Amino acid sequence: MTNVSEIRKKTKLIVKKYSGDKSALIAVLQDIQEAFNYLPKDALATAAKALGIPVSRVYEVATFYTAFSLKPRGEHVVKICMGTACHVRGAAAIQDKMERTLCIKPGETTPDRKFSLETVNCVGACALGPVVVINTEYHGQMTMAKVDKIIGKLKEGGAQS
Amino acid sequence: MVNLIIDGKNVTAQKDTMVLEAARSAGVNIPTLCAHEAISRSGSCRLCVVEVKKGNRTRIVTSCLYPVEEGLIVDTRSERVQNVRRLVLELLLARCPKSEVLQKLAADLGVDPHPRFVPDTDKGKCILCRSCVRVCEEVVGVSAIGMSSRGSHKTVGPPFKEASSVCIGCGACVYVCPTGHIVMQSTGDKRKIWRRTFKMQACEKCGKYFAPVDQLKFISKKTGTPYKELAVCTECR
Ligand code: SF4
Ligand code: FES
Ligand code: FES
Repeated sequence: MTNVSEIRKKTKLIVKKYSGDKSALIAVLQDIQEAFNYLPKDALATAAKALGIPVSRVYEVATFYTAFSLKPRGEHVVKICMGTACHVRGAAAIQDKMERTLCIKPGETTPDRKFSLETVNCVGACALGPVVVINTEYHGQMTMAKVDKIIGKLKEGGAQS
Repeated sequence: MVNLIIDGKNVTAQKDTMVLEAARSAGVNIPTLCAHEAISRSGSCRLCVVEVKKGNRTRIVTSCLYPVEEGLIVDTRSERVQNVRRLVLELLLARCPKSEVLQKLAADLGVDPHPRFVPDTDKGKCILCRSCVRVCEEVVGVSAIGMSSRGSHKTVGPPFKEASSVCIGCGACVYVCPTGHIVMQSTGDKRKIWRRTFKMQACEKCGKYFAPVDQLKFISKKTGTPYKELAVCTECR
């Protein structure tokens, strides 16, 4: 776990990258999430101060977008698309299978911090439905077997394919 | 000066005033919740809707945000207006069934809770108008509270749902909240609000607890007035 002073230091560097520009708040939050895999409270407080925005306002933005997480997330963030196209192509069954494979529900993280599960609404790849996005990689035409295969690989610590 | 007609009356109003103010000065009452003189307008409650007619186009607008115009014809109680207003109130009432203010408004306007809208049980009396957030930012200047999340999960309060370190316990949010959602308890030398307990200052002359120490410190810092001078309540000053 990163400690508080390190979180503050890294956050200050991120804000500096945008020359302390208020309007870059979302970009700053994205970079913070990239650096720590979630938005630590100390990072939000530090960013607020450095940007000259009230913490309450930063918190509003951080909680508004579902892309931001205020809780630590797993090494692999599994997003199941629940959009209309994916839904009619069986996203619910994929979700069910994924929940059983990872033993967690959407919004949760496995105890070993390896996986987090999330549901999203349309990732813009409807033709490939049902879609599962793991970290930044898109997996189209998902099936039960593919869930086992992909998650199995990640569990072994292998690279995604 | 701008001339317009509100409910058949000829009204003259200053340029840049809103239809709501023009109507009020002409003695026409329009129900409102979120328009408050202390803060900027947000147009969030939608209760103040009226029908405006320009040429042969009519439309429904929020009177608290619609500036007066030469020749504008305003109807504050047409059937269309009443239907919209009724719907708005039904929805607000379904969100905050326990709000006495909404209940009274509903009674006054003859609106009953609509069975189509299942009442919420977890929203308190908050209609999410943001008035409290605005007063905290615009008037008090500390921005201790804000909204969190969105959609049906949206709530108001201090960030991280924890006691705010910048809140001064002034109670301005309680004062502007139209529906009585915010709870502030002042008992003896303590005041509780937004998950925090403030120590109250006793008036140096009459001994009455009249304001949180943190608020007086804040004012002292802002205005440069020595704290000692502020530690006397307004009645003894
Ligand atoms: S607490 Fe009151 S003032 Fe604040 S958003 Fe809710 S209804 Fe509006
Ligand atoms: S609905 Fe899943 S990608 Fe569009
Ligand atoms: S009073 Fe106009 S929208 Fe609330």
